[in-house]
Amino acid sequence: MTTAPLDKAMPLGKVRLSHTATFWIVFGIVMAALIVAPLVLPPFWRGFLTEILIWGLLAMSSDLLIGYTGMVSFGHSAFFGLGMYGAAAALIVVSPPNLWLAVLFGLFGAAAAAAFVAYFSTRLRDIYFAITTLIFSQIFYVIIFTWTSVTGGENGLIFDQPHFTIPFLVNVPFNSTTMHWFVLAVVTASYLILRRITRSPFGMVLQSIRENEARTRAIGYPVERYKIVSVMLSGLFAGLAGVLYAVQKEFAAPDFVYFLTSGEAVIYNVMGGIGTLVGPIVGAGFFQLLRQLLSQWFGDQFPYLIPLGIIFVAIIIFLPQGLLGFARRWLNR
Amino acid sequence: MGAIVEFLHSIPIDLLIIQTVNGIVTGMILALVASGLTLIFGIMDVVNFAHGELFMLGAYMGVIAFAVTGNFWLALVLAALIIGLFGAALQIVTLRPLIGRDPLNTILATFGVSLVLQNYALWQFGPVARKMSEPIGAEFTLFYLQYPWYRIVIAVLSGAIIGALWLFLKFSKFGVWIRATTQDRVMAQAMGIPVPLVYTGVFALGAAMAAASGVLFAPFGGVDSSMGLQWVLEAFIVVVVGGMGNLAGSIVAAIFISLLEAYAAVWLNPSQAVIVSFVVLILTLLFRPTGLFATPK
Repeated sequence: MTTAPLDKAMPLGKVRLSHTATFWIVFGIVMAALIVAPLVLPPFWRGFLTEILIWGLLAMSSDLLIGYTGMVSFGHSAFFGLGMYGAAAALIVVSPPNLWLAVLFGLFGAAAAAAFVAYFSTRLRDIYFAITTLIFSQIFYVIIFTWTSVTGGENGLIFDQPHFTIPFLVNVPFNSTTMHWFVLAVVTASYLILRRITRSPFGMVLQSIRENEARTRAIGYPVERYKIVSVMLSGLFAGLAGVLYAVQKEFAAPDFVYFLTSGEAVIYNVMGGIGTLVGPIVGAGFFQLLRQLLSQWFGDQFPYLIPLGIIFVAIIIFLPQGLLGFARRWLNR
Repeated sequence: MGAIVEFLHSIPIDLLIIQTVNGIVTGMILALVASGLTLIFGIMDVVNFAHGELFMLGAYMGVIAFAVTGNFWLALVLAALIIGLFGAALQIVTLRPLIGRDPLNTILATFGVSLVLQNYALWQFGPVARKMSEPIGAEFTLFYLQYPWYRIVIAVLSGAIIGALWLFLKFSKFGVWIRATTQDRVMAQAMGIPVPLVYTGVFALGAAMAAASGVLFAPFGGVDSSMGLQWVLEAFIVVVVGGMGNLAGSIVAAIFISLLEAYAAVWLNPSQAVIVSFVVLILTLLFRPTGLFATPK
């Protein structure tokens, strides 16, 4: 028996799903699983999954730079942290705490940081960009760490969780399930927006900057302006992740502004597969899950970054496309 | 006018002179760290994120070797040798497979290595900082301070190591290989220079220099697992300001930035004084994005 008659014999084989249909079916299945998950999972893993989604959003935001524009940012902790402290400011100053005001303040903080970083660091390319973004994020870290009267310094800030509100309609406190759904909704919306951006003409220009910056400039695109906009967009989504984290955990701490957070975002990207948008979320899940399992098996004191660091270096050497690299073309079609 | 005169009178001259000495001493150590970093970058296109960790491990090795041998100078040489060999092994395992790929891969890989090394040090040596006594106890009087001679010796010794590096690059056979590879690695290979060996050798050299500066710094800073990061950040700033891959530029930039930070520490607290070097970096990026002393390449 050859394969050709088999194909003819089975009528099902004739039904060919288009790429778009397959994408949305897979998307729907994953979404359904993520929506149902908090109803099935025990409380600890529920919060854990929510956290993975937030880290995934941070990683996805930096994927816009790393995977699509070809600039490795080591400064996303600044945007994440400013989002976090912006939300904290809104939640502490305004009473009763308002969720949407927190989002607004957080995005404003992240946008300000991103504008500053973008203006200076987009003058540089490749390695220089990576180093300067790293140093810029350390500037924000030093400011937040030392300005104790406003930011709480080393101790950070704690505040109350806002209620979920839709003006005049809904005003309910969050529980861990609804928090998960809220985060899931924000992350999904961000994913769809980012996917739209990367497939738009604007996104195409970003990718052509990645492929050949000199030629893109020669064609007549103002490369610097495109880079600045992409850093700002990326910073906004990173800030959004910071807001979500602040709202979920009810605190803001300088540790998250420290460059290690940016480094972890880069690790999520490389592990999951850059230039795929969903890869970074998978990478975040993979990293956090391994970390959690390692500390459950070997105790809290176990230096989990040693095995994870080794895995990270091995992935760079042997699997440079990341875990989802095989699906990269398909996801971007 | 009066306000300016008052401000000028309020400047503590003696304190400024003390800070000048301090700034030059830290500047020389920083120059030693940064010259290793810039050497590795100039030749291999590798931004060695793990350089600070090599500095930190070197300092630990120095503390251990000092405890075993009881001789500081022997410990210095031993630590540099061990970390140099370790650097060679590190280069072969993690960086050699990446030759020919986008240089950004190397910054990611060395970042991973730095995480591993830093956490290893924390796990192995614990969070408490190790102390090391100064090998030279003598002091001289600088205004109201008893200033240790050891710090002056460090500055001179760092300068001597950098000078030796320069002579090595200029006159030795391996140094000529290194310079040839910097200029054109394909042509160098065609001329029969073993380029992979040069890469490994340069990385080992840079690692040994980082380790030596770590040991020299250990007596007045203490040794802990997080010290490497602070130094590598400063060294990055120095290398960008001085022009990536430019040895002389990094040395001048290292001293310049350390002096500025030392002066800033007169008025600000030390953790805020770091911001001064950030400002220098931002100004450099604004007006000379390729570094103050960049050579056209």
